[in-house]
Amino acid sequence: MRMVARTEHALHGEAHGRAHRAASARGYMTGFLLSVILTAVPFWLVMTGVRHDALTIEAVVTGLAAVQIVVHMVFFLHMDVRSEGGWTMLALIFTLLLTGVMLSGSLWVMYHLNANMMPMSAEDMRNMP
Amino acid sequence: MPYDSGTASGRPFRPTFYLSEEHEHAEGEATLLGFWIYLMSDCLIFAVLFATWGVLGSAYAGGPRPSELFDLPIVAINTSLLLSSSITCGFAMVGSQNDKAKHTLFWLVITGLLGAGFVGLELNEFAHLIVQGATPQRSAFLSSFFTLVGTHGLHVACGLIWIAVLMVQVGQRGLIPANRRRLMCLSMFWHFLDVVWIGVFTFVYLIGVLR
Repeated sequence: MRMVARTEHALHGEAHGRAHRAASARGYMTGFLLSVILTAVPFWLVMTGVRHDALTIEAVVTGLAAVQIVVHMVFFLHMDVRSEGGWTMLALIFTLLLTGVMLSGSLWVMYHLNANMMPMSAEDMRNMP
Repeated sequence: MPYDSGTASGRPFRPTFYLSEEHEHAEGEATLLGFWIYLMSDCLIFAVLFATWGVLGSAYAGGPRPSELFDLPIVAINTSLLLSSSITCGFAMVGSQNDKAKHTLFWLVITGLLGAGFVGLELNEFAHLIVQGATPQRSAFLSSFFTLVGTHGLHVACGLIWIAVLMVQVGQRGLIPANRRRLMCLSMFWHFLDVVWIGVFTFVYLIGVLR
């Protein structure tokens, strides 16, 4: 019993020891340079290239935003699978799952609600039960 | 001996389902994980507001459209202010790790100034929209716009208050462990707001103007 407790303690201590990765000015600079590029490109695309196919630009801009979010997560928020014994990553994955369900669900349901709504005239509206 | 108490020693046997000895925890050790969980719940607030924007963002009600209202050069300046404040906040953290209180305070001041510039420009933009008659009451598009961007701005404003308070704390007590912990929470909060802003400038401003 005592042995088990001691081992747990040791493991616990180890997990805490790795809780915070050291921040370095170099890491921040790398992240900053990447994110400047990832910000400048979509702004440039939209401010100069609106005459092109808007749907393509929309897709590219969305993709760049996703990459930039990952860059910020890694270089600024220091996300990795080991910090706090993996709990920060687990919480993040759970949040992303909820966010995905909420966003895609809302957009999907509301789009169909709009698309499938019967067109109604003022006459019909007056005779509603 | 009509009743046996159960154990040879005569004491009743009581199983325990908890650790009788609590191992030591440094003060505030769990704060960073707890703060991360808070940020994740904040993320859900923004997710709902983004979903609202996604549903209502093109419901103009015959009113002004994003391409008539949004001034992309201003948004670009705003974005660069927030992005720069993120890296200056990072430099403040590096300073606190290296135990340089002056260094930390200097970069915190710069971060605060950049953040204040961001909030100022945003308020200016809101005022400009309202003068034009593009108020939240005008259309569902504008209601969702003001709610989403306003909530983000409110977070940044709270972050500014937090920076000011922490500067006083660090100035008075130096980089004691409690202050380092607070600084780490602040930097997580600030970087998180920058991540949310990526979503705002992409989905609200850039894609809004494309529509």
